[in-house]
Amino acid sequence: MLNHKRLVLAHFWLAFGSFGLALLLGAWQMWVRSPLHPWINDPEHYYRSVTAHGTTMAYVFPTLVAMAFGYAVSELSLGRPLIGVKWAWAGWILVAVGTVTALVPVSLGLASVLYTFYPPMIGNPLYYIGVVLVVVGSWIWVALMVVNVQAWKRANPGAPVPLPMYASVAGSLLWGWTAVGAALELVFQLVPASLGLAHTIDAGLARVFFSWTLHAIVYFWLIPAYIAYYTIVPRAVGGRLFSDSMARLAFALFLVVAMPIGIHHLFGDPEVGAGFKFVHSVFTALVSIPTFLTVFTITASVEIAARLRGGRGALGWLKALPWRNPIMLAVAFSFVMLGFGGAGGLINMSYQLDQSIHNTQWVTGHFHLIFAGAIVIMYFAIAYDLWPHLTGRALADIGLIRAQLWSWFIGMIVLTFPWHWVGILGMPRRMAFYDYSNPGLAPDALPVVASVIGGAILVVSGALFITVLIRGHLAPRVEPPPYRFSVAVHPPRTVPAALNGYGLWVGLMLALTLINYGFPIFHLMARSDTSVPLVHIGASR
Amino acid sequence: MSAQPPEPPSGRWFATSIAVTLVIACASFVAGFAWLPTAERDSPFRGVWDAICSSAGLVRRSSITDVVKSSYQTSAVVVSPEMLPAPTAESVGRGGTLASRCTMCHGARGVSDANTPNLSGQYAPAIYKQLRDFKSGARANAIMSPQARDLSDQDMRDLAAYYAYLPRLRAHRARTEPAPAIVIHGAPMRNIAPCAACHGTIGYKIGTEWLEGESPVYLRAQLEAFASGERRNDISEQMRNVARGMTPTEIEDAAAYYAGNP
Repeated sequence: MLNHKRLVLAHFWLAFGSFGLALLLGAWQMWVRSPLHPWINDPEHYYRSVTAHGTTMAYVFPTLVAMAFGYAVSELSLGRPLIGVKWAWAGWILVAVGTVTALVPVSLGLASVLYTFYPPMIGNPLYYIGVVLVVVGSWIWVALMVVNVQAWKRANPGAPVPLPMYASVAGSLLWGWTAVGAALELVFQLVPASLGLAHTIDAGLARVFFSWTLHAIVYFWLIPAYIAYYTIVPRAVGGRLFSDSMARLAFALFLVVAMPIGIHHLFGDPEVGAGFKFVHSVFTALVSIPTFLTVFTITASVEIAARLRGGRGALGWLKALPWRNPIMLAVAFSFVMLGFGGAGGLINMSYQLDQSIHNTQWVTGHFHLIFAGAIVIMYFAIAYDLWPHLTGRALADIGLIRAQLWSWFIGMIVLTFPWHWVGILGMPRRMAFYDYSNPGLAPDALPVVASVIGGAILVVSGALFITVLIRGHLAPRVEPPPYRFSVAVHPPRTVPAALNGYGLWVGLMLALTLINYGFPIFHLMARSDTSVPLVHIGASR
Repeated sequence: MSAQPPEPPSGRWFATSIAVTLVIACASFVAGFAWLPTAERDSPFRGVWDAICSSAGLVRRSSITDVVKSSYQTSAVVVSPEMLPAPTAESVGRGGTLASRCTMCHGARGVSDANTPNLSGQYAPAIYKQLRDFKSGARANAIMSPQARDLSDQDMRDLAAYYAYLPRLRAHRARTEPAPAIVIHGAPMRNIAPCAACHGTIGYKIGTEWLEGESPVYLRAQLEAFASGERRNDISEQMRNVARGMTPTEIEDAAAYYAGNP
């Protein structure tokens, strides 16, 4: 039973509203740098847009979705009202105020530093302070998730924590720790520099701190999608979760191996030793373990549904799946995009293979396919699944929902596959314009036009999504049946303590952070000759 | 629910997880720090410890012992936002007095009728850097070099403050034609950034000159001097690299554009 629907809806609407605006910026960026548009006269406008798009899509949108879903999961799976509702609203206000605070200077062209900050570029202090507020707001959510699961455990000693809540808390703990890297960079380096308290910055150290956040943040974005795979999909398609323990293990492993891997973003950076790059590459490869566990478990779970519906044969059961069910469509599309994106990711994370595509459009294609594709399509599924329970009204536009999911999938493929291709051809990312008339770049022109079409399809799909949700608020009132999550084939009566708590996994996460980041950070901090003068962005003439 | 008491955390899970993590961490450290760096046939390291230090990212003495020395005087100015603190009124006043010796060429109020640069409203860091380069010999000019020779550092700061304090030229004609491509887009395939990204119109980078309203003769002469290498006080050859790649038409266009604006 959802007791605080307005809280969850407020988070979802702030998330999806900001997503809609940032989506338009993304499509505009695709268009102005394509051969369909003359060279933009002020490249700064392009970087302004990229900064706003990235800041919104990376920090605001997924964080709010995780928060909304986390609060809903807490009430629905623990079966008791959320503890700390006032704090939750305070967190929402912090995120909302932080978003506006960060995006006003960006809109004014005072902080076109891109969402990855890129010191020694320094923008307006309000930009960084806004991002800090967003992070602090999300930390309130982290604390509330822990408080709620602990209170439930005290009330139910020895009982297995429901899987959705177990996974949600794992995600919140991961975020709590991974956000520390960027927070250190913001609080000790960027904010003082932007306020004029420092005149130089150790850009290399800042990049190491940011990498601490930069990769695990993707798993924080991913975890709501994974929770949906395990706890919504099997129920929605009429099957059962193949293994509850496998699910818990996957989330626990994400806590351990998502964190100590960020230096694979710094393969081109001279301030980090090659040995650490290799070690981070190895640990990045380990992320495939929880990912494969998930793919196998979910495939087995939907196979149960298909066989219950009369599916036969080694692969013939695929035909018996409820393909007209939006959740089935979403998970199938998500897996296809996760497969291609993951395969591409193997190139990015390999110290040697990365050299061929480092800083090209391949990278942009990769993270859009994984995040905007595999993950965001599950955010849509989560919204569709929860909406009737949040609004008390039915989502009747099943056809529209299917069209939205299909168009998002097609749009994302048409957007990102050409990006991967031009990346292999060597097209650099983050450029405001390209000289397609040059023979060296001419082969990029057609694929880039295809990407623009993909971007346009995504805008249409995004508009459909918002339309479905708004129509959901206007539909006739219904009394939805009680919300339930998937049931496992063997529902857990007891689980090992290790899979009912987080101590072991958080301990390993902290230890690996120390091992994999300790020396590079300490080494850069100990040296006195690693700082460079600031480059102020948007300084008055 | 009749739950059995959970397994204690010190059980098999605990030991196995830690052991597996340790084994993976140790194996990857051994491979990344010792084995792979030394496995290459032409490994550049003197033994395993040397390889480990290098893999850890320790900064060591460069193998290149002879530092390449420039055959000419390069600019010694380190340009940073903090190079010139906000000027005092006294500094502006002193600069005004000192500037009386500049008026013959640069005009009574910093606006020149000759083809010398207008200095009124020029960025202070730009004036300060050029004066220091004239004094050090990084930039040479028959008139300016002797003028700058006896200026103290404070004199140069005062002059910069004074000219930055004067008002800029007002726009004397409306911009009707679009800015030329070299100014607004540069030439990406020749690695030439847009002029406007540093010199005004799009953006400003510290140390660069405000070019709008300058004499076209002066602008063209400087671009040609950078291209030929006659002028070489630009830090890290930024302007020489740009000017060398510019066509004569682009030089003409850029000079005409900035001379016509404001």
